[in-house]
Formats: sequence, structure tokens, C-alpha cells
Amino acid sequence: MSTPAITVAGLSKMYRIGAPREPYRTLRDSVAGAAAQVVRQVARMVTGAARHARGNEELWALTEVSFEVNQGACFGIIGRNGAGKTTLLKILSQITPPTAGQIICRGRVASLLGVGTGFHPELTGRENIFLNGTLLGMTRAEVRRKFDEIVAFAEIERFLETPVKRYSNGMYVRLAFAVAAHLEPEILVVDEVLAVGDTAFQKKCLGKMEDVASHGRTVLFVSHNMAVITALCKQAVLLEHGRVAAAGPADDVVRAYLATAAAAGTSSRACQPIAPAEHDAAWGGTSRIAFRAIRLVNNAYPTFTVHWKEPLTLEVEFAVQQPARNVVFSVTVATLEGVGIFRVHSNDLGGRLFSFEPGIHRISLVIENSLQAGNYLIALGSATAMGNVPLAHVAKAAGLEVLDVALGEEVAPQRGGQLVNGAALWSEPVQC
Amino acid sequence: MTQLITIIAPPRRWLSVNWRELWRYRDLFIVLAWRDISVRYKQTVFGVAWAVFQPVSAMVIFTFIFNRVAKIESGDCTPYPVFLYTGMLLWQYFAGILTKASNALVANAYLLQKVYFPRVIIPATAIVTGLVELGIAAVVLAGLMLWYGCTVHWLGLLLLPLLLLITMLAALGCGLFLSAVHIKYRDVGHALPFLIQILMYVTPVIYPVSLLQKYPVIRLLMLWLNPIAAVITAARAGLLGHAAVDWTALGIAAVSALVMFIGGLCYFRNTERYFADLA
Repeated sequence: MSTPAITVAGLSKMYRIGAPREPYRTLRDSVAGAAAQVVRQVARMVTGAARHARGNEELWALTEVSFEVNQGACFGIIGRNGAGKTTLLKILSQITPPTAGQIICRGRVASLLGVGTGFHPELTGRENIFLNGTLLGMTRAEVRRKFDEIVAFAEIERFLETPVKRYSNGMYVRLAFAVAAHLEPEILVVDEVLAVGDTAFQKKCLGKMEDVASHGRTVLFVSHNMAVITALCKQAVLLEHGRVAAAGPADDVVRAYLATAAAAGTSSRACQPIAPAEHDAAWGGTSRIAFRAIRLVNNAYPTFTVHWKEPLTLEVEFAVQQPARNVVFSVTVATLEGVGIFRVHSNDLGGRLFSFEPGIHRISLVIENSLQAGNYLIALGSATAMGNVPLAHVAKAAGLEVLDVALGEEVAPQRGGQLVNGAALWSEPVQC
Repeated sequence: MTQLITIIAPPRRWLSVNWRELWRYRDLFIVLAWRDISVRYKQTVFGVAWAVFQPVSAMVIFTFIFNRVAKIESGDCTPYPVFLYTGMLLWQYFAGILTKASNALVANAYLLQKVYFPRVIIPATAIVTGLVELGIAAVVLAGLMLWYGCTVHWLGLLLLPLLLLITMLAALGCGLFLSAVHIKYRDVGHALPFLIQILMYVTPVIYPVSLLQKYPVIRLLMLWLNPIAAVITAARAGLLGHAAVDWTALGIAAVSALVMFIGGLCYFRNTERYFADLA
């Protein structure tokens, strides 16, 4: 029995979610907080309590994670969003250090945490192959030796001298993966890069990765796609809240994951409470109707997250303060900047008008989801149909994230800029 | 087959510079430097001419204001434009490295989060890109010297690599330190342009050090604490041959540049593991 390629022992990683992760501040915040900031900073420097002053909020992304990966194995890492998969990969790739524990890697490690890392849009395909290749740890001589192979694998011969900013998305991804696929490390760490690209190319990449593993190299692979995990990996580990929840043969671990995901889908739905202060005063505040909460019912995530093309099943809870007739509800999906994308009304398509006595009520709706991957806002509104009396309005009831992976086999097309997917049937072209 | 064994563990307190690893990544240094040069003038109409246009236009305006209007002279028989341009070339090399290095980590934050390599490489490429611009702008100096009938002295040409090395070490040392601070506190991005402007006025770029004869303490402080002051003064003396090179000042500048470099590198090295968390 050979020694394992990777030994992870008691690995923990703590983030402080106070000072260090502070986002860019706006000018107004800065001006307001500047004086206080300076005083606090100086006080901290004087007392030497720099690190611990605001460090009460600790987030353990990983706790006591231990497992071993055999040489030449293809090893899967699965878990829900926020389970610590990415943190684990980042530590393995030496991008961020662990807080405790250690990893022993036997062999050269190359990691693919993004597609086309370091690609520069202004540079040509040829130039980017060198840039990306050296970033991933190859020497220029190695890149030169494999150059033709990379170009052939990516199928971009004709566009070698074109800046990659003119590439289609498919070409871009193909080129990026082609470079990565020709790395020859003993250990390859891959994060969900297969979620992009067309199906045919994905198959080609999977083939290449099996190839890599069969040559005695070790592959560590993170994916949301359970089918791919079971097809590629013999062993896997399931992370849950930063701990190892299951480890062993990939089939068993995937089954464990699906069991927890199903349980989460029925018990802990995403729920966003709505405070009275969030109601639009111009619509009468909460005097007539007060929205209390909005839930996303159908998903496996504890957040407002859906897969690409997955319908949104929303549940809205509201309190009616005084009897109301001919009530209409509306749900608006808008961009983060507040530009409306579409709005649905409860009386659309022959839906009826509602009447309420005071009390707490609930209403559900299913919205067809044609949104592109990205982040959006959900707004709630209510008014009477006759005379159009506004009843209540909440501009930011919840945020919504649409993932770039679909539930089934289908993959979201990564076109830039558009908000919704269109659907059209095209005729054959006719000469005029 | 010898196998590379990597142990990933919480960082120790003090880390020395891993020169072996840096040498392994030399190709990345070359490619990144070349990326910065090649991207620099893409999609511009005038292209490389910008590297000439900036110092030349600054020279014309400064000559008018400081020489014609404010009556600042070169202090010896050097024509003022030649005197000024020599100083400005070295100053811009210094300021260019400092600016680029200080902003490098923030500008390449996406790389820090995606792939491992010795982080020093990113700010360090500034010394190469700066050198290319210096080379282009130096052609104008040659033209100026021809025009004003100045002869180039061999001492200056021999001295030039040393002067550039001192500039490089001082600028990179400060740049490494500032880039490591910048990734944590974005205040650096706001303070830096201002700081560089101030620094230019406490460096003898538009005036000769001899102008400070009435203030011997300030003059000494400047020559000793500001390595670029000594470098610029020595470059003028050496290239144009109208004054003797101040070897003491140059020696002190070399030492202080080295101290800056080592200090900056050590600080950078001991903070670099957390860059990805801060970016």
C-alpha cells in the first residue's frame, strides 16, 4: 500500500467577520465614521489589542477536517453552498493559510479554482496560453512544448491571433480548460469548472480528467453535479457546516448528501422576515396591510437561491389590519439597481380578486423562472383593483440568487449582459 | 523520482524569503512583466509615443515656469532643460515603480484569490515595465543633449547601472511595503498620488541641491534620507561632467535603499499569506 497523496489532519480555518472583511466604504460612511475610526484605531494601536478588539465575530469555515486521498485516485468533495468546500480548496492551493491542523501533499499541486485564471481580454489566444500556463505553474518551455496540443484540444486554431475579448464564451472556456488539461502535476485540484461550457466539451474534459487519474495522478474534484461525482470519483467526502459529515465510497457519500438535501427542502425553507419599517410610507406604511415574511419554498438551500430555470415557489405571509375588498397582489423582480425586470399580478390571466377580514393570511405563487444567473431583488405590492387604492409596498422584500447551474443536465449559457433567457423559433434563411 | 512534499500548516511567526521558490517561478515573472508592457498601449492611437509625450510636455512646462518665470538655474553651466530632463527621467522611474508596485496587489486581487505563486512577483514586475518606459524616454534625452551640444561623460554611463539599481531597490522596497498595506487599508490608494507629488518637491528634480546651500541641515537630510536625491545629483554630475560625483552621499543612498528593500520585502513576506483573505 503506497502512502496517500494528500493527508489532511485536523484542519480548521477561522475567519473574522469584523474588521478584515470590511467592504469598500462609501464616502458618506467614511466621513461619518472617520473620526470614530481614527480614535479607535489609535486606541487599539496603543493598547496593542489590534487583532482582538473587534474579533468577537468568528466564523469557523472548517473545523477539524481530516481525510486521506490515495495516490492516483479521483476524489470528490461535495456539500452545500457555504459548507466549506471552497475554503478547503483554497487552503489546499496555498491561497490562504489554515488556522490549525495541517495538510501534507506529496507531489506538485496545480489548482483550477476558476476558468481562465489571469486571462487578459486584450491579449491574443496565443499570448493568453502562455500567461495562463505560467500562472498555473508551467515553465515557458513546457508551454511551448505543449502549445500545439493545447490549441488542438481547444479547437481555436483560426483565432490564435485574436484578442480573447472577441472570443465567444464557448471558445473562451475551451481555451481555458485546454491549458489546464495539459498541466502535468501529480495532484490536480479542480473547483466546479465543468459547470460552464457546452455538453460535448464537458464530456471531452471529463474524459481528459479520467485520463489524468489513470496515469497515476491524483485529482481532487468539487462539484454540485452528483452524476459527475459518481461517474468520476471512487472516494468522496461530504462537508456540512465545515465538518466532515460523511466520507468513503463516492456512491454512499452522494446518497448521504441527497438525503440531507431532501430533508432540508421540507423542513428549513428560506424565510425572510419583513419589518414594518421596510414598508413604503407613500403606500400607507402598514396601516392597511402589513407584509410579515416571504419564503422560497421549493429549494434545497437555506438562502434565496434557485437553480437556473428552476421555478420560484414563493409564499407570502401578511397581516390584514382592516377589512379589504378587491385586493390584488404583485411580485416584482428587479435588478440590484432597482430596475424592474418583470411583475406578476394576482389577477393576471383571469385570476380573481380577494377579500379579507382582519387577521394573518398566507398566499403562494409559482413563477416561471427565465432569469439568467445573477442576483436580483424581489418587491411585494398590494392594491385594490377598483379605484387603485395602494395598500402596502415593500421595495426590497428579499434578494434572489439564480445559480449558473441547472438542476438537470442542462447548463446555463453564459452570455454577458442579458437579464432573462429568451426563447425563439427561427425559420430557414431565404434568399431575397 | 524525487517527490516534492508540501506541508501546509498555520504560518510561523517569521518567514525568510524562499529564493529557491522564486527562482522556480522566474518564468511567471517574465510573462507577467511582458503582459503589463504589451497591454499598456493596446487600443491607443499614439501607442508608445505616450511614454515620450508625458516627460517631454512636463519638461516644457516646468522649464517655462521654474526656469523662465521663477528663475531657477541648474547651478552649473548645464542648460536647464537637459538638467531638468535628466532628473525627471530618474524621478519618473522611481515614482512609476512606487505607484505600480503599490497598486499591484489590489489590481490583481482576482489572481490572489485563484492561484498560488510567490506574491512578490506581482509588484516586482513594475521594475521591468518602468525600465522599458525609461529606455524610450531616454532617447529624448540623447536628442536634447545633441541639441544643446552637451557631451556625455563616460563616468555617468558607467555609473548608470548602479544608479538604476539604487532607484530600483528603494522604490521596490517602499512599493512592497505599501502594496501589503494597501490590500488591507485602501487609504493607500488615496494617499499615494499626493505623497508622490510631495516627494517630488523634496527631491532635487526641478532645482539643484546647491540651491539649498543656506540650509545645510535640510540639504544633508535630503541627500541622506532620500536615496533618489543622491541618485539624481550623481547622475547629473556623472553624465554631464559639470560637477564632481558626491561618493559619500551615493554610498549612503545605496545603504538606505538596501535597508528599504530588505525592510519592505520582510514585511511583505510576513503578511503575504493573508492577502487572499483581505483582497
